[in-house]
Amino acid sequence: MLLNDTRYRSYTFQFIALVCVAALFAWLGSNLAANLAAAGIGISYEFLGQSSNYDINQTLIEYSSQSTHLRASIVGLLNTLLVSILACITATIIGVFAGVLRLSNNWLVSKLMATYVEMFRNVPVLIWIIIIFTIMTAVAPAPSAFRGDDPDASMILGMFAFTNRGVYVPKPLLEPTGWVVLGIFAASVVSMIAYRRFATRKLYDEGKLLPTLWPSLAILFVPAVLAFYALGRPIGLEIPELGGFNFSGGITLLGSLIALWFALAIYTGAFIAENVRAGILSVSRGQTEAAAALGLRPRRIMNLVILPQALRVIVPPLISHYLNITKNSSLAIAVGYMDLTGTLGGITLNQTGRAIEAILLLMLFYLAISLAISALMNVYNSAVRLKER
Amino acid sequence: MSDMHEHSVAYVRDTMIDQQPAPETQGGVVNWMRANLFSSLSNGILTILAVYVLWKVLSGVAPWLLNGIWTAPSLSACREILQGATGGCFSVLTERWNQLLFGFQYPSDLYWRPTLAFVLLFVAIAPVLFYKVFPARMLIFTAIYPFLAYWLIWGGSLLVPVTAAAGLVAGYLVYSRLVTMSFAAGFFGGIAAASLVWYLAGLVPFGGVLALEPVDSRNMGGFMLNLILGTVCVSLSIPFGIALALGRQSSMPIIKWICVIFIEFIRGVPLITLLFVASVVLAYFLPPGTTFDLILRVIIMITMFASAYIAEVIRGGLAALPKGQYEAADSLGLDYPQAMRLIILPQALKISIPGIVNVAVGLFKDTTLVSVISMFDLIGMIRGPILASTEWNGVYWELLGFAALLFFVTCYGISQYSQWLERQLNTDRR
Repeated sequence: MLLNDTRYRSYTFQFIALVCVAALFAWLGSNLAANLAAAGIGISYEFLGQSSNYDINQTLIEYSSQSTHLRASIVGLLNTLLVSILACITATIIGVFAGVLRLSNNWLVSKLMATYVEMFRNVPVLIWIIIIFTIMTAVAPAPSAFRGDDPDASMILGMFAFTNRGVYVPKPLLEPTGWVVLGIFAASVVSMIAYRRFATRKLYDEGKLLPTLWPSLAILFVPAVLAFYALGRPIGLEIPELGGFNFSGGITLLGSLIALWFALAIYTGAFIAENVRAGILSVSRGQTEAAAALGLRPRRIMNLVILPQALRVIVPPLISHYLNITKNSSLAIAVGYMDLTGTLGGITLNQTGRAIEAILLLMLFYLAISLAISALMNVYNSAVRLKER
Repeated sequence: MSDMHEHSVAYVRDTMIDQQPAPETQGGVVNWMRANLFSSLSNGILTILAVYVLWKVLSGVAPWLLNGIWTAPSLSACREILQGATGGCFSVLTERWNQLLFGFQYPSDLYWRPTLAFVLLFVAIAPVLFYKVFPARMLIFTAIYPFLAYWLIWGGSLLVPVTAAAGLVAGYLVYSRLVTMSFAAGFFGGIAAASLVWYLAGLVPFGGVLALEPVDSRNMGGFMLNLILGTVCVSLSIPFGIALALGRQSSMPIIKWICVIFIEFIRGVPLITLLFVASVVLAYFLPPGTTFDLILRVIIMITMFASAYIAEVIRGGLAALPKGQYEAADSLGLDYPQAMRLIILPQALKISIPGIVNVAVGLFKDTTLVSVISMFDLIGMIRGPILASTEWNGVYWELLGFAALLFFVTCYGISQYSQWLERQLNTDRR
């Protein structure tokens, strides 16, 4: 029998599996065809070319209700990427701080950080999103509270206004010559890196230790600041002002964006903190002691010995947390932030009724983002893999 | 003992001195604070900062908690009692307690049934969690529990869960008879026997034998729904996860690639999209005319989601086993199913337990996502019926705080248990 002959057994099993999967798909497909025929609709992506007829409250590219559904989806995709990137950066900063502070020999601080980590890890991120969204919408004052001689609310530093319609922040204004200043600053960054490389090579080749901190700061800021004043302050800030019923000018950050951004950041930050702590603890104490015995200073021990080894442990889970942030950003739909799920999987789906097409496309978008991030992770992993000889 | 000796030694202590307190300079609160809070300037600044933060938080929360009102029919009544003072309006919790726990449609005279099922859950999982303390005979109850809980929560005739159980028992008996011959024969024979029993039972009309009043799936809600989804999906996803992990490790390319594509697809998309599939798309893929209730569709999708993650955890466990274990199993002459069942999986699962618990905790937290597809779980209840009612419109913090607390207690408890278990199981790497 084919099952008992070791030569053919694996082929038999694979054949059976293939037939089963094919049968499953055939069954699902025939059901789908029957259901669609009964409902009198077919599969078609024509709706992507039709005008969307709805507005999106935050658009990074030009968009109006006359634009197509495809354009609406792309606006949503960009909004997803925006909140994910913001949340990834913030979560990393929070996580590294909390992880390092949890290892601090200060009893109170380490206990406080442990509380933070346990508190945020063990409560669903949806609850955190809703809590921060409630703060943004129900607790923050209305724009009218900023009016009058003795207002109930005032702008922070005269620049930032927290209102229940969103947060208003100053917007940088660039005159044409402002680009020159930015160009000079970019050149300073490049030359600072070049100077530090030069200093390192000098140290390795000739054993001369050049000062780095002050010269790099000088290279970084002096030319740009000089140019800024020489060209007559071409970069300014447009400060939001209260006019009519609302603030105008500046950049508006929607309450839903802030809620999603900070909730994802503090929630994932708690997980990252644990990874950072585990990474630092994974470097054995002997490494620190050996480095100290070689006469390295504590900061250099951290930079040259501990961090490179800890990063190998920290980074892979860190990237998978970035992946989680991107996927969790789909919870935007709970607070009305118009990300990919809100546009393509929300309003577009409801308007056109094309459930199968819209959700398939939605999944493919997310799958593409996830695969891109995992590809990045694989590149990193192979780069830092221990080179064994 | 000679006299000589007695005289040559001036003094011999024959009793131990009691333990003495540490010298003044080393002990005491002040020293502890100096060592742990103010060991350096930066540490001192950090401490002061932390105390300030703590003070800010406590001074904000404490009056709110202590001044809370627990008996008031509505938010406006609450505010009247408080007269502008700070204080929480916790009466929303006492007023809507049953809604928060059971949803707003579960018949109120039947609350004892899910409550009993919840209490019995602890009896059922105790022998699994603390297998050293409880006798193994209690596992029989664990095996019965899923059917009992189904009967209690959904109601209906007792014969439905009994036949389901009978099918499984028949399948198991056939399996244990045939497995000595070959695993495949046992496995497929077991499935065939179970299906046969279920098919035959379907022909018998069972009316109201020991019938409890039936409750529709769509009437489930509140924290009960989170618990149902969490426990059912986690327990179902472990066997699927094991199968997927073994499939992914398999040397047969087609089986391997089927598993890889399934796992990577599921892990690449957010759970919300899978829930959308459950709520709007899945019906298209089922035979025309079948009606499936939403909770079952959601359970199917969440189980698929969880099994992909559990498969990855178990794959890690399988990969962590030394190759010698596989070779040892081979050299004993065990075939693949035997080697897996007797040698590889027990060890791999043991390594994977912390990871599985992590997935379980994450999944339990993710059950709140069903509120997005308008199911009334705890979050759905809070954001829907309760906050929208005229009495409690605006009671955010008490409700959200309660929800956070419930999830915190459950998830923190589970993760503490997992850490304890990890220490218990850590027998070989001391």
